[in-house]
Amino acid sequence: MTADSGPGMRPDRPPLSGRISRERIGRALTTIVLPFVAMLLAVIIGSFFIYAADLIANKGAIDLGKPLTAYGALVKGSLLSFDAIVATLKQAAPLVFGGLAVALGFKAGLFNIGVQGQLLMGVLGSVAVGVALADQPVFVAAPLAFLAGTLAGAAFGFVPGFLKAVSGAHEVVTTIMLNYIALNILAAFVSGPLRVPKAPAPVTFDVGHAALPIFLGKTGHVGILIAVVAVVVVWWLLYRTTLGFEIRTAGANPDAARYAGMRPRRLIMLTMTFSGALAGMAGAGELLGVTHQTQTSFATSVGFDSIAVALLARSNPLGIIPAAILFGAMRAGAGQMQIEARTPRELVDVLQAVILLVLVVLPVIARALGGRGARAIPVEAETITKSYASESVTT
Amino acid sequence: MDTFLYSLPVIGLLFQVVGYLIAILPTSAPIILRAATPLGFGALCGVVCERSGVVNIGIEGTMLTAAFTGWVVAIAAVAVLGPMAPGPLGITPTLIIGLVAAILSAVGVSLLHAWLSISLRIDQIISGTIINIAAFGITGYLNNVISAASPTSAGQFEKFRPPAALMDLPFVGWLFTTILNQGPITISLLVCAIVLQILLFRSRWGLRTRAVGEHPKAAETVGIDVIRLRYRNVLIGGVFAGLGGAFLSMELSNAFQAGQTAGRGFIALAAMIVGRWTPIGGLGAALLFSLFLTIGQTIGFDPPTGQLGEIVAALPAQVFSALPYLVTIVVLAGLIGRSTPPAADGRPYEREATA
Repeated sequence: MTADSGPGMRPDRPPLSGRISRERIGRALTTIVLPFVAMLLAVIIGSFFIYAADLIANKGAIDLGKPLTAYGALVKGSLLSFDAIVATLKQAAPLVFGGLAVALGFKAGLFNIGVQGQLLMGVLGSVAVGVALADQPVFVAAPLAFLAGTLAGAAFGFVPGFLKAVSGAHEVVTTIMLNYIALNILAAFVSGPLRVPKAPAPVTFDVGHAALPIFLGKTGHVGILIAVVAVVVVWWLLYRTTLGFEIRTAGANPDAARYAGMRPRRLIMLTMTFSGALAGMAGAGELLGVTHQTQTSFATSVGFDSIAVALLARSNPLGIIPAAILFGAMRAGAGQMQIEARTPRELVDVLQAVILLVLVVLPVIARALGGRGARAIPVEAETITKSYASESVTT
Repeated sequence: MDTFLYSLPVIGLLFQVVGYLIAILPTSAPIILRAATPLGFGALCGVVCERSGVVNIGIEGTMLTAAFTGWVVAIAAVAVLGPMAPGPLGITPTLIIGLVAAILSAVGVSLLHAWLSISLRIDQIISGTIINIAAFGITGYLNNVISAASPTSAGQFEKFRPPAALMDLPFVGWLFTTILNQGPITISLLVCAIVLQILLFRSRWGLRTRAVGEHPKAAETVGIDVIRLRYRNVLIGGVFAGLGGAFLSMELSNAFQAGQTAGRGFIALAAMIVGRWTPIGGLGAALLFSLFLTIGQTIGFDPPTGQLGEIVAALPAQVFSALPYLVTIVVLAGLIGRSTPPAADGRPYEREATA
């Protein structure tokens, strides 16, 4: 059973006794301590990868201090100066949106792998409206362009929700297909109606006044603040509204949700639409806050990193912020690491993978090996997606 | 009557589409089968796993690991043993060593998936996702490191050359060319799909697999070791994923690139569902996807004539690159009601405590 510690829902709460408080402490400890254990292990395992790279590059000569140089540069590029911190926050903002998008789906028992595609639709929507409103006042152009990106993402999230609700087509497969379709839709628009005439390669105009205002340093755009607001809104939606209660119930126990008269089809469509809207915000924030224009392809790894962020945060909206900052910092510092230590920036992907693996596996092993106390360790997301069957849809 | 008249142009267009397909099929068929090879092997991996009740969305990462390992071990073998003259089908001892390593690495990754999802009973989709993320990160990193040393290529498997008389036969010659004028891994896909189809529905192992996938408790009651059978099937699936991955870096090309699978593992998953969890069906769906993929690529430089040509010219090129994905969604949404997964698919099995 998914242990849900949200304040809005306290399922099968056992009578008060000494054991509960111990469980609570255990749960809090694992939520806080476990990520640090995972990070520590990632750093250790990452060191072996750094040594391996060094060994091949220098034909057998090993620099024992190499991991220190590499990790030092990683930290320097992400935390040790004001500009570095702004860079980290900028990298974290789209991960917050994307992480929320995936986490919201997880809560409803849906796996949205389509964040990448919905994000690209957000890019398309915001660049189309942004270019059209480029000469309007900022307070008109920027919000409308951001909204357009959000809606485009929502529309693209609705599609797999609708397909699942109507035909039972599994969202894991449809969203992956839609990612490729989104890639082509964006390319078609950028090389067609949105293309700057006579430009040597297809590219759109700059969004001009529709760009998100800068509020922090030289490049810290308002999208960072919107991301924080989004966290609060999603938390509120999940734990303070009836819809949120229904979403969580449908995710935790579809049968119970159906017996209670909730309508799974409607919930699936709504959740996927909201999830798509959040992914669209990630795209709108990146376009209006960072690139201001786009080519036929919009390079980003946010779509897939978002899944890692949601898993790291155990789908808890409030946990998304630290998780996104951690991964954002690694992305921000990767360039510095590559320059100073000549360690390939892909090391960040390795660290990310190790953190995830440890985070998912360690609690299960601890629970299996440990005694009574260890059994209190929550194993989040035990049953996210039951099967490809449409059974949870049929009413 | 009116409806009939209005539908005439549509029917005419339909004839043109069919005519175009027939025109390009003989030349495109070998390309279609080649493009379908990694998808087909991925689908076979999915079928073996899911028929026993284990969802495997880590196929993408498993194939990527195999593609990388095969390439890297083969070039390492070249570095140690020195370059060798290729024999028939481009086979060299170093390539064989690479292929074996590719398959073993895929089986290793599958073992991780099996351990996570069968023994630890972690959500199988999470387990697969972690495998995908880890495989992408680790192969990308190591590829960057190794490519910087610009190693000597180990070559690649070459196409088999059937007798020219066979390929030049009127009407059916292209069929022989399609099936036989291929590399060893592609040809083995056809063999694997047929053999697996027979085994799954005609052998004791097949019956047990399906029983465990549908009703593990009943299977356990008649003495089948559910956990063991699931482990075995996931590992067998790893062999297929390994072949699919090796195809990319050792037969289709002679080198590994970061993210070489490019989503093929996920498309294979869709092919498995469209093919209703059968080996032959999965292969058919992979071929269907590749057909549209190839059309999307051919239509640019070999456009149809007439009305159809005008319509094609008026549409953005991206419509055709998106075509295979659109077709997959449409087929999936249209079929799914009639395409039922194994009843216990994705459910961890827990033995009941015995006294």
